[in-house]
Amino acid sequence: MSSPYPPHPSAPAVPPPAIGHGLQKGAQPDVATLTALWEMMSLSRRTETRIIELYRQNHVTGGVYTGHGNEATSVGSAWCMAEHDVLVPTHRDMGSHLVRGHTVEEVLLQAMKRADSQTGGKDSGLHLGREGSNIVGMISHLAHMMPVAVGVALAERQKGSHASVLTTVGEGASSLGDFHEALNFAAVQKLPVVFIIVNNQYAYSTPRTLQYAATFLSSRAAGYGMPGETIDGTDVAIVLDATRRAFERARRGEGPTLIESMTMRMRGHSEHDDAKYVPKPLFEAWRGWDPVHRLEAHLRAAGALDDAKVKAAVDAIEARLDRAVAAAMAAAPPEGRSAVEGVFRRWEPEWSVPDGAIALADEVLR
Amino acid sequence: MTELTYLEAIRTALIEEMDADPRVFLIGEDIGHFGGAFKVTQGLLERFGPARVVDTPIAEALIMGVSIGAAIRGQRPVAEMQFADFVTCGFSQLVENAGTFHYRLGVSVPMVVRLPSGGGVGGGPFHSRNPEAWFTHASGLKVVAPATPSDAKGLMKAAIRDPDPVIYLEQKLLYRSAKEDVPDDVFVDIGKARIVRPGKQATLIAYANAVPMAIEAAAAVEKDGFDVEVIDLRTLIPWDWQTVVRSVEKTGRVLIASEASRTGGFASDVAATIADLAFAHLDAPVLRVAAADAPVPAEKSLEAYHRPNAEKIERALRGLLAY
Repeated sequence: MSSPYPPHPSAPAVPPPAIGHGLQKGAQPDVATLTALWEMMSLSRRTETRIIELYRQNHVTGGVYTGHGNEATSVGSAWCMAEHDVLVPTHRDMGSHLVRGHTVEEVLLQAMKRADSQTGGKDSGLHLGREGSNIVGMISHLAHMMPVAVGVALAERQKGSHASVLTTVGEGASSLGDFHEALNFAAVQKLPVVFIIVNNQYAYSTPRTLQYAATFLSSRAAGYGMPGETIDGTDVAIVLDATRRAFERARRGEGPTLIESMTMRMRGHSEHDDAKYVPKPLFEAWRGWDPVHRLEAHLRAAGALDDAKVKAAVDAIEARLDRAVAAAMAAAPPEGRSAVEGVFRRWEPEWSVPDGAIALADEVLR
Repeated sequence: MTELTYLEAIRTALIEEMDADPRVFLIGEDIGHFGGAFKVTQGLLERFGPARVVDTPIAEALIMGVSIGAAIRGQRPVAEMQFADFVTCGFSQLVENAGTFHYRLGVSVPMVVRLPSGGGVGGGPFHSRNPEAWFTHASGLKVVAPATPSDAKGLMKAAIRDPDPVIYLEQKLLYRSAKEDVPDDVFVDIGKARIVRPGKQATLIAYANAVPMAIEAAAAVEKDGFDVEVIDLRTLIPWDWQTVVRSVEKTGRVLIASEASRTGGFASDVAATIADLAFAHLDAPVLRVAAADAPVPAEKSLEAYHRPNAEKIERALRGLLAY
């Protein structure tokens, strides 16, 4: 390989590697850790694949935003977190949700908008994170979560905890002002935040060439007075190494770090979107950088995986997903009246202004 | 009792709540060393240190987002916008993020946003806004608007202790002009209006800067023997519709005064609710006196034309009483 990075506008001529090539040479975690990472990345991919199937069957409606191609970044970065660290993920981070303790059962209940899901059908997708959890529930205004992540770090420092914060955004959301405000203040206050830009080439239909003009988004870090680096986001060992260094820096009290992780969104923006605007050769080039396949190839070459072991692991994941899908299908939808419940933590019944139209009809049509 | 200006009342509430609860902290632009553009937070950096009086860059979306992040982790941020007008830069964080957290995930967001609001000080289009209706319409944000030093202190304490995001509209015009004896242990429940003066012939409803105007107008017509009930709403989300409806049932005539622009303003919602719930008791149309549907102009005579005042309210009140 002539370039340490997957295809990038600054180096469009990078030849696609042969499908099935492994990880880059260099410091790597032990084989047992890599195997556990592969299983988690496979669980992430296969959970999303199930949700896509449910979408096509009309059991899941609305947006379905997947992280196909993003598994090494999402799983690998969250893997570096300590128990007390706080995750502020973005909408394609199935992998980090699963690493940090959300279950496929919770994810499927939420996807199907069931009464017993975390949001009770009021929200959907990966907008997950209960009170007291170390995962913060995002909103669709993706960049807005960056100042929130900084606020979490400020609060943890005020409380005297040693928690650090990991937050991710796409290269698209990095164009918003929130990105600038969050990175600037985190650096000024030396807050323990690891910022990851998941550069997956497209923000809906907008290619990164229309999103920004810099060669590397990590070069923005210098302008905030923090270190930044661009990494191959499809190589989980590289993601682990970069994120660990960023967390170590945060824990030493040296402040935030910006990582730009190069990946490819291998599906449409959402599942309704066939992504015809992506040139076919680009998809083909990136297929060779599939993070799950790369890791699997590496582990096969290392003798840690073979056909039988892969089959056993995949069968176990699929059996678990079978059970989770069946449970979500059987779960009840929410009651309509819950639509108006829970707007506030404290709300007295007498505060609600009566609906005059209903009151009048009740009186006159009695 | 301690005699306090409106501004001192806010500061006293902040100090008392920060003394009582280590989770309470302040965040905003120029609030530390400089003590705030209006000096509300003067001396607080020295007293509580930089971890609890956090000076930020000029970045309103950041201030809101950081406050949300801190609040969901159990802290109690009180954020200052230098002027209410600049909250537009942080609007989306408030409306989309703070206002939906509890609804979506049951996550409490106990934060207060202080908005120095209102006109009458020659501030022009970008330093005079009354932005309450943007937030009362949003669902998920509580909104309070004190008009006296006692309410300023009591509602600040209630807002800080509330488990939900609270927009706290404070009136620049009243900072130093409003002064009274404030009970040392004052606490004002969110959701309760105050009957400023009882009356039988008409109900005059106001909040924030419009309250002193309403009191002046009611006193002016009293000289001619008219007996007008003045209600200070004090809080807008939730608002005390029951006190309002009871009063209108008694008087049959109602005028709502607000310093915000008329169309889509909170006064319109009060009027609509009265029409819904007290129609049978009304002896006259439900009237509003509000500001013009135009940005707030800078020059004195332009602003006077734009904005309600005691004379405009008095004239409308006389019309209502004569109807």
